[in-house]
Amino acid sequence: MRVDKGLFLHLGVLAALLALHFAAPAYHHTNIARIMVLSVYAMGYNIAFGYTGLLSLGHALLFSAGLYAAAMGVTHLGLGAGTGLVAGLLAGGAMAFAVGLLALRTAGVAFMIVTLMFAQAGYLAILYFGRWTRGDEGIVIGKASRALGPLDLSDDGTRYLVALALFAAALLLNLWLVRSPQGRIMVAMRENEERSRMLGYNPFTVKLTALTISGLYSGIGGAAYGLMFGYAGASLASVQYSILPLLWVLLGGAGTVLGPFLGAVLMFYLIDYASSVTDAHQFVTGAALVLLVLFAPKGILGSVRARGLKWLP
Amino acid sequence: MAAVTLLEARGLTRHFDGLKAVDGVDFDLVEGEIHALIGPNGAGKTTFVSLLSGRIPVQSGTIRFAGRDITRLPAHARVRAGIAYTFQITQIYAALSVFDNVALAAQSRHSQHLTDDTMAALARVGLDDRAEQMAGTLSYGHQRLLEVAMGLALRPKLLILDEPTQGLAQGEIQTFKDIVRSVVPEATVLLIEHNMDVVMDLAERITVLNFGEVLATGTPEAIRANKAVQTAYLGG
Repeated sequence: MRVDKGLFLHLGVLAALLALHFAAPAYHHTNIARIMVLSVYAMGYNIAFGYTGLLSLGHALLFSAGLYAAAMGVTHLGLGAGTGLVAGLLAGGAMAFAVGLLALRTAGVAFMIVTLMFAQAGYLAILYFGRWTRGDEGIVIGKASRALGPLDLSDDGTRYLVALALFAAALLLNLWLVRSPQGRIMVAMRENEERSRMLGYNPFTVKLTALTISGLYSGIGGAAYGLMFGYAGASLASVQYSILPLLWVLLGGAGTVLGPFLGAVLMFYLIDYASSVTDAHQFVTGAALVLLVLFAPKGILGSVRARGLKWLP
Repeated sequence: MAAVTLLEARGLTRHFDGLKAVDGVDFDLVEGEIHALIGPNGAGKTTFVSLLSGRIPVQSGTIRFAGRDITRLPAHARVRAGIAYTFQITQIYAALSVFDNVALAAQSRHSQHLTDDTMAALARVGLDDRAEQMAGTLSYGHQRLLEVAMGLALRPKLLILDEPTQGLAQGEIQTFKDIVRSVVPEATVLLIEHNMDVVMDLAERITVLNFGEVLATGTPEAIRANKAVQTAYLGG
């Protein structure tokens, strides 16, 4: 039987993350839980950008759609945390579908601008409807609303394991998706849209499907982030949160399943370390990105794949 | 001839700012034939087949295919209806494997046996031993064959080949002719071709375009004997 190296690698990463639950000091423990949740969002970004070639600058809208659907759901409507997660998932997917219907009439630079504008409109709407969203100040989600059945998401250990479970599900689904016929069609659309059209694929439908899947990922990432860390604020809908997943994905490797997570880990600890030695930590991040674009434009895992590990999904 | 018409174009027209690329063309394809489309450079051949495949929208006129009006059907839907187009300039997915290139064609028609169908299409053009190779690393001739394999894997009713032998070596052209002959009569072939040996050898009927209009249609012998064609194209 042929060994499925790709699957083993991903299971190995998940096992290592489980081991870290027992081994990591408290500070890193919280960091990694946060990174895992944000990686779910980044995986969603990668499905659109890395695999389908849709460079969006407005994914914060999808992330915050999930975030606010969950936060407002549990605080205003009294939903349970589990229902909140589902609401976030659906809100992200529905928002992506709606935005896609309009934005996917454009491509390239125009698509970037249109998605950026939608996200800014969303950000301003959050500020404008401050009565429900609490605008800049944000919604603090109480401990009582953060119970997923018997699991208390405000507890560090529980939170880590729930984050890992969500991350694992997202990662394995991502792996399955990109190896499926649908994944092949997405990559084909990225590589050559005209050829794909002349093989009978409607570019609009393929892209809208990919964007909606991306939105589902972003939405549940946002919802989980709010419920696990107890806060939903307008800053999480700002343009910065559209750019971050792009940077993570570029760093880790666009179009690789583990790239978003690797990029998020590295960027997080790079900023963490840089801010301990200098105030100019943004300069360090910037320099790292310039080096990346110059010497490894495919990102870390993209370069690894190009240099020999062809099986890397 | 008790022939069945597969495709019927009437008054097909496409102008680009005053340039009459295709101007009121009537054209019929008989099911199962190999039909060649020839004409001098700029005669409108590629524009004409682009109208048939839907890559360029029709300005006026109608196209009927397999009994239905497809004039307004978008390109991807025409592919699903059974019109496959292979590009004049090779358009493959260079960064994907040879297998994936053809599998994309096979899964487009919802093949139930994706691996088998893909390998069968590759075997027909003799690329089955290169399935794992990256398509971009194939030689030019093999890339042209891959393009044809993608067309075959779609199992089209009509296969449009746009200058398929351009840039091929003599031996490769022979392989290519054998492949085209093996496609009919299950499918119909429309061939745009500059190589007159290939045209005269393969085609059952030939249509000559000149300045966007049909100059003549007929058997290779009739076309060869046609005075107007000789003047316009074959060099008098």
